[in-house]
Amino acid sequence: MATEAEEEANRPFAGLSDVSISEDIPVEGDISVPVGPSARRGGDDEFSTLDEPVKETVLRDLRAVGKKFVHVLYPKRSSALLRDWDLWGPLLLCVTLALLLQGGAADSDSQGGPQFAEVFVIVWFGSIIITLNSKLLGGTISFFQSLCVLGYCILPLTAAMAVCRIVLVASSGAVSFAVRLAVVTASFGWSTFASTAFLADSQPANRKALVVYPVFLFYFVIGWMVLTFSPSQ
Amino acid sequence: MASTNDPFQFQEFEEAGNLLEANRNATTITIEDDITKPEKQRQAAGFLSDRDDEDILASDDKTELLSGQKKSVPFWTFEYYQRLFDVETHHVKERIIGSVLPWPGKNFIHLYLRRNPDLYGPFWICTTLVFAIAISGNISNFLVHLGKPNYKYTPEFQKVTIAATAIFSYAWFVPLALWGFLLWRNNKIMNLVSYSFMEIVCVYGYSLSIYIPAVVLWILPYEWLRWCTIVVALCLSGSVLVMTFWPAVREDHPKVIIGIMSAIVVLNALLAVGCKTYFFSKPEKEPQVDNSVAREITKHPLRHEHLSFTKGSPVAL
Repeated sequence: MATEAEEEANRPFAGLSDVSISEDIPVEGDISVPVGPSARRGGDDEFSTLDEPVKETVLRDLRAVGKKFVHVLYPKRSSALLRDWDLWGPLLLCVTLALLLQGGAADSDSQGGPQFAEVFVIVWFGSIIITLNSKLLGGTISFFQSLCVLGYCILPLTAAMAVCRIVLVASSGAVSFAVRLAVVTASFGWSTFASTAFLADSQPANRKALVVYPVFLFYFVIGWMVLTFSPSQ
Repeated sequence: MASTNDPFQFQEFEEAGNLLEANRNATTITIEDDITKPEKQRQAAGFLSDRDDEDILASDDKTELLSGQKKSVPFWTFEYYQRLFDVETHHVKERIIGSVLPWPGKNFIHLYLRRNPDLYGPFWICTTLVFAIAISGNISNFLVHLGKPNYKYTPEFQKVTIAATAIFSYAWFVPLALWGFLLWRNNKIMNLVSYSFMEIVCVYGYSLSIYIPAVVLWILPYEWLRWCTIVVALCLSGSVLVMTFWPAVREDHPKVIIGIMSAIVVLNALLAVGCKTYFFSKPEKEPQVDNSVAREITKHPLRHEHLSFTKGSPVAL
């Protein structure tokens, strides 16, 4: 008897063998967590952007990109650029710059201006190398934040490229060269200053110059590409 | 046993001895150098920053010996490469100045690297040199052909790739070959001085730093100026390399010593002259156009592309 009782107890779900559910009794109820009406609406807005119109999504991203452009134009030591990084702005600027650098002395000669892919490679590969350099030197900035900053700070040089093309349409003599040189130099200085305002803070004081020099070289090379653009005649 | 006169100094030497016994694979410097180096520094009294060197070097020495050996990290971790960037701004500045001003008796590796080779200097000096050569070559080409009616300016970006390949192969493969050769000779001849691969790469990288101002000077289209700067730069960088590798080979067979030293200098010269020839066109003299053109063809076959370019562009226009 004792062994039988023990066996019964040891079998799984032993206590339920006597229970039977009649099919007449309906099982119903509400198992959702009671939530107030206002909180539910707020919850939808925060967690799900699937229902909003596409225009709003695109506009929100564009507004974020535009806000960062403004930050680059007036560089202050704010962390907004670093906190919400995105790579749309750098991509847009890189494509614009590469397109503006086309249509140059692009004869069938092998030695011409930079190809579209070359501009891309220089900008992205250069940014990656500078970011790696800054991280190896012990910087506290993250990889994509640094890419974001370096990409956004190409904005002055892209603007200078547009100005140069306009100037070249007018004339291509020594005066236009002097004007282009001044514009490119100013925008190169602006780019370097803007990016170091964001990047230099993330390095210890005795290594700041080691991080700033590659940034200087990077924008110098891009400035050189902008300055030596010569149109086909 | 510590002597009562200067117990701390004696303890340092003993620690170094223990370290050497504990791990024979560690990069070694000769114990004689440790003793004789302060004397050599006192002898080179004309050098102004001697006292600064002593202070910085003494503190680096103490911190390294007191902190013990660096633990070895496998080369596929990020930390391994982070250790190669463990330099500060003033370190890099000192190393660059030390590579440009060779002083007899001052070994670059012993004095400036102090078992802390870095990859920052060599990498960025090589990159700067690549762009300096490409840009200066472009400017000098432009200046040489200025005023000629059928010359059309092109930025010539493809030359950046060629310059990069040449300079980075020099800065990487020559140290590799030298390191392998020194390792092989070390097996035959017991040498107290041995350099690690990173230290050799570091020396070669920093020794290229004199060429950056030299290349900028090559923009001016005067042949005598270009050859003068090549000779000066070659002397400075060659002597830094020779003085660095002298302690590593001086106990060897004389023929091997001469072979190694001349190989170092010749490769350096080849790089300099090759860059000058390929990237910087010679200024042609106007009244002797036919003679100089004929001479250019026979002397520099690479110049064919420049000549065919000028001939071809009227068709393109």
